[in-house]
Amino acid sequence: MLNKFDIQIRTEQEHAVIETAGYLNDALGEQLSEKARGLIQDGYTQLVINLEKTTLINSIGISILIEIIEALDEREGTLNFCGLSATQERTFRMMAIAKYAGIFPDEEAAIANL
Amino acid sequence: MANTASKQQVLLTIPMYPDMELAAAKTASVLAELMDFDEGEVEEIQLAIIETCINAFEHSQSEDKTVVIEFIMKDDELEFKISDRGVGIASERRPGSELLGQPGLHPDLRKRGWGLEIIRTLMDEVDVETGANGTTVSVVKKKTT
Repeated sequence: MLNKFDIQIRTEQEHAVIETAGYLNDALGEQLSEKARGLIQDGYTQLVINLEKTTLINSIGISILIEIIEALDEREGTLNFCGLSATQERTFRMMAIAKYAGIFPDEEAAIANL
Repeated sequence: MANTASKQQVLLTIPMYPDMELAAAKTASVLAELMDFDEGEVEEIQLAIIETCINAFEHSQSEDKTVVIEFIMKDDELEFKISDRGVGIASERRPGSELLGQPGLHPDLRKRGWGLEIIRTLMDEVDVETGANGTTVSVVKKKTT
């Protein structure tokens, strides 16, 4: 397999952090979506997605992130991203994601701004 | 690799299988690093080639299910031409039409149809030639330093 990816989840009392590693495409995106929806169903509506170890994100992967934003909006939740490369941040801003989710340089700032 | 004074060429043929766009991106990454593009520019080139390949994989309906990528390294720019032998892009399928996806909760947060827009944002020149015998997307990234 060309694309080796991984998803790690850490939960605290008030929020959860999802850390993805690898190439965020449709396959990793679907796994991420499933995990995020599971967390939302469990009552975690304050989420951070840490993309520091995510090497590349294609437009299909981003479309799945948008679905997570929408799922959280329905529960009046918050999603913050951190660890984006300059290219990833530029793409997110172009696609208007920054209007509906926070973008922070590191996990500490992303959690503090939930 | 053909070696001339001012440009070098690399040809790559990939099958339209899941994740094979990564093979194209990896090749592009190696060539861009050889040309001393900076880390951010290398990532931009990788993303542009991934988006171009995905468009071909998803929409070309190519019978041979292959994409041919020609990389041309010049002194001050990297050009790549991505060709498929599919049915071409009909005007009603071009970005700006239904490929843009259905509006969700937020009308400005559309999910699909971003590929070409991402490529145009990250690259310096983008040209699309399409017809009944296939599509070729030509992309140029110029060196800034």
